[in-house]
Amino acid sequence: MLNSSKKTNWTIYLMLLPWIIGFVVFKVYPIVVSFYYSLLEYPILGDPTFIGLQNYIEIFTKDDTFTASFFATIKYVLIGTPAVVLVSFAVAAILNFKLKGVNFFRTAYYIPSILGGNVAVSILWSMLFDVNGPVNTILSVFTFGGEVAINWTKDPKFAVFTLIILKTWQFGSTMLIFLSALQGVSKTVYEAAEMDGASKLRQLFSITVPIITPVILFNAVNVLVKAFQEFNSAYLITKGGPNKTTYFLNLYIYDQAFQNGNYGYASALTWILLVIIGIFTVIIFKSSNKWVFYND
Amino acid sequence: MEMSKSRRHINEIIRYSLLVLVGIILIYPLLWMIGSAFKENRDIFGSLSIFPPKDRVVTSNFADAWQLTRDRSIWFFFGNTLKFLIPKTIFTVLSCVITAYVIARKSFKGKKFVFGAVIVTLLMPELAFRIPLYLLYREVGLLDTFASLYVADMFASSSFFVFMIIQFMRTIPKELDEAAVMDGCNELQILFKIIIPVIKPILITVALLSFMWGMNDFQGPLIYLNSSDKTVLSVALKQLLDGEAMVSYGRVFAASCLGLLPMIAIFFMGSRYFVDGVASTGSKE
Repeated sequence: MLNSSKKTNWTIYLMLLPWIIGFVVFKVYPIVVSFYYSLLEYPILGDPTFIGLQNYIEIFTKDDTFTASFFATIKYVLIGTPAVVLVSFAVAAILNFKLKGVNFFRTAYYIPSILGGNVAVSILWSMLFDVNGPVNTILSVFTFGGEVAINWTKDPKFAVFTLIILKTWQFGSTMLIFLSALQGVSKTVYEAAEMDGASKLRQLFSITVPIITPVILFNAVNVLVKAFQEFNSAYLITKGGPNKTTYFLNLYIYDQAFQNGNYGYASALTWILLVIIGIFTVIIFKSSNKWVFYND
Repeated sequence: MEMSKSRRHINEIIRYSLLVLVGIILIYPLLWMIGSAFKENRDIFGSLSIFPPKDRVVTSNFADAWQLTRDRSIWFFFGNTLKFLIPKTIFTVLSCVITAYVIARKSFKGKKFVFGAVIVTLLMPELAFRIPLYLLYREVGLLDTFASLYVADMFASSSFFVFMIIQFMRTIPKELDEAAVMDGCNELQILFKIIIPVIKPILITVALLSFMWGMNDFQGPLIYLNSSDKTVLSVALKQLLDGEAMVSYGRVFAASCLGLLPMIAIFFMGSRYFVDGVASTGSKE
């Protein structure tokens, strides 16, 4: 008996071996080494030299591009995250009513989030938001003849919103997570509220929202962490411009590492971005003590 | 009573109108793209209509788009995408299901650590690993090979998928494995003959998502592949955006349609796997 359990144990570790290798080679090694790289002057040709915190000092004291890139990223994240979470929740709340054809809408709403990251959609987006594109045409209709000619992708005031709208357009997967949480809320809770004469809207805010706060937290963190790493849309649609208003940190890191070959400097930028993401995540989690309710 | 019945009716109408409105906002851009692929330049902008004017329907855009560059068809670039996408998908499913099986159903020393490591890496931005992996691949000669885009997937490196399968496996009764042990099955037999048939839906979800995300991947090929005979579809489409091709917008739209076509086809074939799979990640979290 003892013998056989020992034997199975070996099989278990053997089956786990790929993951162990993966964890060491593709997770632990890169993260450790990338911090070390951030302390180097690491040019594309020639040997790297150790320069201590010099990269970080330069980023924080001399690098105007970093400052611009930092604020561009923050703006995108701080507007984009609430936008996605709110729209997802609102649509999920409507879909949660017993309506015929809900499955159809559920599936249809999911399409943009599966296609959204594709280059073809970025191409489409730059056409939609062209000066003569349909978005301006629709806006012109609403302004009753006054022609709207916003140059969405080239106007510093609007460029980032072009990308935020694209991000919000892809709310489908976040919405599905909300919807399945809403469907898990027991019906009896509502029946009791109905007895007390609480309106539907009142029920939404005083029953539904508190119950699904853990899912709101999950979605908010998820969307936030992804938004901080946005690359495709900014690279393809606005090319980081105009005036670096959409030059997100991920683009700056890409340019420093793979266009200029400054691997050390780019690693330092990466670590700064990781710390920023960490800080925001911690803030959300800390604040969640005040607004997230767990049943158990 | 009459009153409340008609009120309920009105509520329902309002809800449907909202749903339809949201649906239009979401789907209109895609329909406009398809319609524009059949238009002349002058009919694309300034008009909201999806359909081209009856007397100016252009059907040659698709043929022009098929020949994406001077000497290569779109099929060539799609083929390149498949060259990394198929191994990527297979390796992802295999390595993740084996790892998830061990974590979800076996007790062993260090299990807590392994599960913790999966969760921590799940939260870690992919960006963190990029530069060291690039330099590592350069060192071992993987740069500019399709393998650079899937080598990590051979080792269950997608914590998201591992986690997703673990969550699904937890819903399956343990008695199933125990009965198999009684029958003298070994670990691999239990996994492949007993567990995998039961968890097939989630594995299909993983395969589909891995495939779709791989199709969408743009930054990976941009960084790791640089010779022109290895250009994948996403990068080739990007070259349209800044190339001379912008002369004919209809052709660009046709190329975009062709680029999205495989994804839309796969989506409709497997839509329930997508929708159920994504929904489950949140509720069981």
